[in-house]
Amino acid sequence: MTYMPLSLTDLALSSVLLLLSGALSIALRLGLARSMAVASVRMVLQLALVAVLLKFIFEVNAPLWTLLFAVIMFAGAVYETVSRQTRRFPGWQTYVLGAGPQFVAGLMATLIATAAVIGGDPWYAPRYILPILGMMLGNTMSGVSLVLETITDGAMRERAAIDAQLALGASRFEALGQVMRRGVTTGLMPILSSMAATGIVALPGMMTGQILAGINPVDAAKYQVMILLLVSGATALGVLGAAVGAVLLLTDDRHRLRLDRLHTTAPQG
Amino acid sequence: MLRVAHLKAGPLPPLSFQVDDGMCLAVEGPSGSGKTCLLRAIADLDPAPGQVFLDGGERHEFKAQAWRKAVRFCAAEPAWWTDTPRTGFVLPRADSKLPRLLERLGLSEAHLDRSIHVLSTGERQRLALARALMDEPRALLLDEPTAALDSASAALVEEHLKYLLLSGRCILLASHDQGLITRLADARLQLARSPSIVGTAEGLVAP
Repeated sequence: MTYMPLSLTDLALSSVLLLLSGALSIALRLGLARSMAVASVRMVLQLALVAVLLKFIFEVNAPLWTLLFAVIMFAGAVYETVSRQTRRFPGWQTYVLGAGPQFVAGLMATLIATAAVIGGDPWYAPRYILPILGMMLGNTMSGVSLVLETITDGAMRERAAIDAQLALGASRFEALGQVMRRGVTTGLMPILSSMAATGIVALPGMMTGQILAGINPVDAAKYQVMILLLVSGATALGVLGAAVGAVLLLTDDRHRLRLDRLHTTAPQG
Repeated sequence: MLRVAHLKAGPLPPLSFQVDDGMCLAVEGPSGSGKTCLLRAIADLDPAPGQVFLDGGERHEFKAQAWRKAVRFCAAEPAWWTDTPRTGFVLPRADSKLPRLLERLGLSEAHLDRSIHVLSTGERQRLALARALMDEPRALLLDEPTAALDSASAALVEEHLKYLLLSGRCILLASHDQGLITRLADARLQLARSPSIVGTAEGLVAP
């Protein structure tokens, strides 16, 4: 295995294209330079911070620190999911809906990967748990955000059609079936298309990273297959759970459409 | 028999009344007076305190779906969820009775396979009515059933409603059409600041 550590000069060299486009933006008065600068500085700081933190946690190697870090990651994923919703359920419901499916799906996938598949020693070592949990949550987060947004939006737009079906004696899942199917399709679109394109259009980031770090491409591909299987499974579970939860919260036990429960917020982020 | 007891629908004060089999109660009032609210509450489409009985059974004793199959609300503006109307008609009872029902309303089976967008407003309204009547609900809550119809179609719908009344259905009719109300209704429920029932038909009681 060959592994070439990067120096700070290497990183500076990597920013050449970004600096060039920044300079162009200033010259053409496109007003892009500022947001590009903020985004890239922010990215560097975030990664530097997380690297230092991870280094610390890997060295301490104490389950409590691992757990704390996992909880923070999870809270971040829930916050992102909720803040992306234009229409929310009141109070805690919106958080439970954002958190529940991700928690169950992300946790199961992470445990399968670390305990059953990789089987490191010990399996709960932070160097296995944390990166995998991050990948799971990153994907369930976008899936769950998309499905919730699509379903609440669809229910608002199609309230007349949903009500008409309910009035004809349809159950809530029948009446919201179309909206639900569209939501689930939208929520799974990113992961499905990334699975379809993987290896043809682009090598996935993790596999690229492993290959650059000197790992045999076959081994890297095996890892990638495992990750993609678990990520898509976790995303699908999270998306389905969120879809069912959204339909239950949008209706009541008398199978009535309860859009009065939703309140609209200005989209954030 | 449909009986409403202290039903608090939307902005309306609690209402009590009864519509016997074969009777039609007209619900009148200016736009925004709560006619639709009342019909939706009776169909249990919106939460409303109070009681509604069909043949002695309170709505909560029924499964929600079964209640709405028996007490059928038909909206003023019909909504569709597929490209052609036929899907809305796929129910176990969509059998030999359907062509006759369509014919009575001045439609044919060919209408079921036309795109919703090429159907006229009046055709859509009659199709929605056919959809609501097909599985033969006990009570009908009709919101402006003739509002979008020309006089010939409106007459067909009126004929069919008369036939349904003769066959023992109860009808709540929200309408602005005074002629239709005069010809069909046995009593009137006037929704205004203080709702009152004007009429002498048997079985109807004031709040």
